[in-house]
Amino acid sequence: MPSDSLSPRSHQTAPADKFVVRGLSFYYGRFQALRGINLAIRERQITALIGPSGCGKTTFLRALNRMNDVIDGARTEGAVLLDSEDIYQPHVDVVALRRRVGMVFQRPNPFPMSVFDNIAFGPRIHGLARGDELDALVERSLRRAALWEEVKDKLRDSALSLSGGQQQRLCIARLLAVDPDVVLMDEPCSALDPISTLRIEELMDELRESYTIVIVTHNMQQAARVSRETGFFLGGELIEFGPSERIFTHPRDRRTEAYITGRFG
Amino acid sequence: MTSPLARHRPLPRRTRRLLANGLMWAGTTLCAAAALVPLGFLLYYVAAQGLPAINLAFFTHLPAPVGEPGGGMANAIVGTLILIGLASLLGLPVGILGGIYLAEFGGNRLGGAIRFSADVLSGVPSIVIGIFVYALVVVPMHRFSALAGGVALGIMMIPTVMRTSEELIRLVPTSLREAALALGATHPRTVFKVVLLAARAGVITGVLLAIARIAGETAPLLFTAFGSGLWSTQLDQPIASLPVQVFTYAISPYQDWQAQAWAGALVLVTIVLILSAAARYATRGRMRTVI
Amino acid sequence: MSAPAPASASPPDGRRASLQRRSAFGANLADRAFRWGTLAFGASVIALIGFLAAQLVRASHPALKQFGWSFITSAAWDPVHGAFGVLFAIYGTVVTSLLALAFAVPVGLGAALFLAELSPRWLRQPVSFLIELLAAVPSIVYGLWGIFVLVPAIRPVEAWLQARFGFIPLFQGAPYGIGMLAAALVLSVMVLPYITAMSREVLQAVPAAQREAAYALGATRWETIRGPVLRSARSGIVGAVILALGRAVGETMAVTMVIGNRAEIPTSLFSPAYTLASLIANEFAEATGELHISALVGAALVLLVLTIAINAIARLLIWRVTGGVRVAA
Repeated sequence: MPSDSLSPRSHQTAPADKFVVRGLSFYYGRFQALRGINLAIRERQITALIGPSGCGKTTFLRALNRMNDVIDGARTEGAVLLDSEDIYQPHVDVVALRRRVGMVFQRPNPFPMSVFDNIAFGPRIHGLARGDELDALVERSLRRAALWEEVKDKLRDSALSLSGGQQQRLCIARLLAVDPDVVLMDEPCSALDPISTLRIEELMDELRESYTIVIVTHNMQQAARVSRETGFFLGGELIEFGPSERIFTHPRDRRTEAYITGRFG
Repeated sequence: MTSPLARHRPLPRRTRRLLANGLMWAGTTLCAAAALVPLGFLLYYVAAQGLPAINLAFFTHLPAPVGEPGGGMANAIVGTLILIGLASLLGLPVGILGGIYLAEFGGNRLGGAIRFSADVLSGVPSIVIGIFVYALVVVPMHRFSALAGGVALGIMMIPTVMRTSEELIRLVPTSLREAALALGATHPRTVFKVVLLAARAGVITGVLLAIARIAGETAPLLFTAFGSGLWSTQLDQPIASLPVQVFTYAISPYQDWQAQAWAGALVLVTIVLILSAAARYATRGRMRTVI
Repeated sequence: MSAPAPASASPPDGRRASLQRRSAFGANLADRAFRWGTLAFGASVIALIGFLAAQLVRASHPALKQFGWSFITSAAWDPVHGAFGVLFAIYGTVVTSLLALAFAVPVGLGAALFLAELSPRWLRQPVSFLIELLAAVPSIVYGLWGIFVLVPAIRPVEAWLQARFGFIPLFQGAPYGIGMLAAALVLSVMVLPYITAMSREVLQAVPAAQREAAYALGATRWETIRGPVLRSARSGIVGAVILALGRAVGETMAVTMVIGNRAEIPTSLFSPAYTLASLIANEFAEATGELHISALVGAALVLLVLTIAINAIARLLIWRVTGGVRVAA
C-alpha cells in the first residue's frame, strides 16, 4: 500500500512498488522472448533497462502496457501487478490500462494532424475535456513537456513540420494529456541529435517527480545518468537488478560486468 | 488519479466506445460480405442459364438462320482466337520490348513519358479505341476486318503487358545480370538470354492476364471486326467473335438466341476467370500492381 | 604493366588484339541497336496516344466546326434533321457514374477496412482474391446479367418506391426497370472491386508506428482507424475513388444494355437515358451521313477528355500517398 504522503516521515519511507512482475514469460509463437522475469519497479523514479540487441528488454517494456497483445501469435504467462492488480486478468480493460501506462517510441510518431489535434486525440477519445477545458489541457501538457513556448503559435500547423526532437517531445506531451501514472520509454533518444537528447533527459528528470518512468536504452551513460535503478537483460532473462550506482560501478554478475565494460553488445 | 481497471464497472462513455468499436466490426464485415454477393449472383445465373444451352452443337455449328432454332457459336469461338492471335502480334512485341526498355534504360525523362502514356492509354475507354481504329484502319480499307479488330485489341494489350514486363524484369536480381556481363556477354544478350529467361514465368502470366482482359472485350470490336454469321477466317473481312455474338443474341427478341447468349457468356466467363485467377495466383505477392 | 601495346605490335597470340578490337565495335553496335530498338517500341506508345487524339479531332472536326460550343451545351440530338448536341449524354454519363459511386464507395471502403484492418490473416487472401475477380468479369456478361436478372428484379422495387415516394420527381415516370437506376446499379458492382483493392493497398501502407501510437494512448480499434489511419490514407482513398469514377465513365456494354438508350436528359431515376459511351455503341454502326458520324466521334472526343482528366487527378493523389505503387486502371 502506498505510504500516507501526509505523514512527517513520508519522504524517508521507501517508495512503494508501482509494478510487481512475477514469473513473466513471453512467447512469439514458438520462440520464448522472456523467461520468468521477476522484478519490482518503484513509483516516481526512473528505472532503466539495458542489455544487448534482442535481449528482450523492449518486449518486457511492452508487456507493461500490454502492447504485445497486438502481435499475432503472442502468448504471455505470469503476472504483472500494477498497484497490486494483475493487468493480465481477463476482466481488465486494456483501453483503460493504456491510458494509465503511456508509451513513447523509438522514432517519434506524431499523427498526420495539427499539433493541437495530436495532443487532443487522447483526451477526446477518453472524454476528458471539451472546449475551453480542452484548450487548457493541451497547453498544460505542452508546458509539462517543455514544448509550449516553441509551438504556442503553431498549434494549428501540422505536427510533421516540427523537428525530430520537437516531435518526440510532442509525443510525450500527447501521452501526458491523458494523465497517466506511468511513462514507458523505448529508446526515446536513439533517433535524435545530442542536444535534443539532453533536453529529453532534462524533461525526464522533471517528470520523475510526478510519474513513474521506465526507460529502455542502449546508451549506458544515459542509463547511469538518469536512472535510480537499472535492470540488465540478456537472452530473455533478467540477469541483475539494483541501484544504478551499484550496477555500473561494481556489478555482481560476471555477465553484467562484461556488458558494461563493452566486451559485447 | 487512478481509474478503475476492471471492465465490469463500465462508465457510460466506455460502453459507448466499445459499442462503436463493435459496430465497426459488424459494419465492415457486412460490407465485405455484400461485396461478394454480386459475384455469387452473377456466377450463379451465368451457370444456371448457360449450362442448359451448352451442347456439342454450340461448339461446332454455325449460327442458324434468323428465327430458326439450333446452331452454335463455332465461328465466334474461332474468331475470338484469331483476334487474340492478331492482337498479340501487335501487343506483345510493343509491350515486352517497351517493358525491357523501361526496365533497362527507363530512369530518364523519356521513360517517364512512356510510362505516363501507357497509363493514359490504359484509361482510355475501349469504345474510344474502337473509334480510333475505325478511323485508322476501317476507313482506308473501306470495310470492317479481322485485322482492324486485332489492332484494336492489340492496342489495349500494350499497357498491361508493358507494365508487367517492366516490373518483372526489374525484379530479376542484379547479381544475375552481373554474372552474365562478367562472362563477357553483351547487354542485349544478357537481357534476352538471361534476364528474360529468369523473368519468363512472370512475363507469361502478365501476357495471360492481358489476354484474359481482351478476350472479353466487346466495344472495340463493334466497329472494327464488326461480326458475322458466317464462317470466316480471312483477315480482311469482318469476323465473328464471342463477345459480339453474345451481345447480338442478347438484345435480340428470340428466346433461343438469348439462351445461346448465356451459353456464350458462360464460356467467356470460364475462360477469362481461369486465366485471370491463374495469372493472379502465379504472381501473388511478387508484383505490386493492383488489378 | 606498361601501356597497352598498339595493334601492330601484336603479342604472339594474334587473336588477342583482334578480339579486343572487333568485339568492342560489334558489342557497341549491338548495344546501341538494342537500346534504340527497344526505345522505338516503347516510344511508340507516346506516338499512339498523340495519334489517337489527332484522329479523333480530325474526324470530329466537321461536327465541332458546325456546332461549336453548342455541341456540348445543347441536348438536341436529331440525326434526321441534322442537329447534334451531346449534353444529354454528358448528363447521363456523369449522373450514372456519380450514383454508382454513391452505392459502391461505402460498401467498397467498408470491405477494404475489413480486409486491411480486421479480418483474420487466413481470410484476407481468399476474400481479396474473390472481390478482385469481380473486376475480371467481362462487361458484356454484366450487361447480360443486367437485362435478364437485375432489371426484372428492380421493377418491383421501382414500383414500390414510386408508390411510397412518388411525390419526389426522382421517382416518377414509368418503372420499367430499364433506365438510370439500373445502369447505376450495374456500374456500382463493376467499380466496387477497384475501390476495395486500391483502398486496401492504401490502408496497408499506413505505417504501423501510427497505429501503435494510438493504441498506446488507449484508443480502441475503431478510434485508431477513425483517427490516424484514415487521416493518413485519406488522399490515397480519394484517388482510388476518382480512378473508379474514371472507369465508370468509360464503361460501355453493360450500360448500353440496361440504360434504355433515349436521347433525352433523364428526369427521374427510372427514365431511360444515354451515356456518351452507350450513345456511340448504339448509333455508330447505323450512323446516317457524315455529320452524324462526325458527331459521334465528337462524343468520343468528349469522353476521352473526360476520362483523361479524371485519371490524371486520381493518379496524382495515389502516387503521392503510396510512393509510386503503379496502379492499373
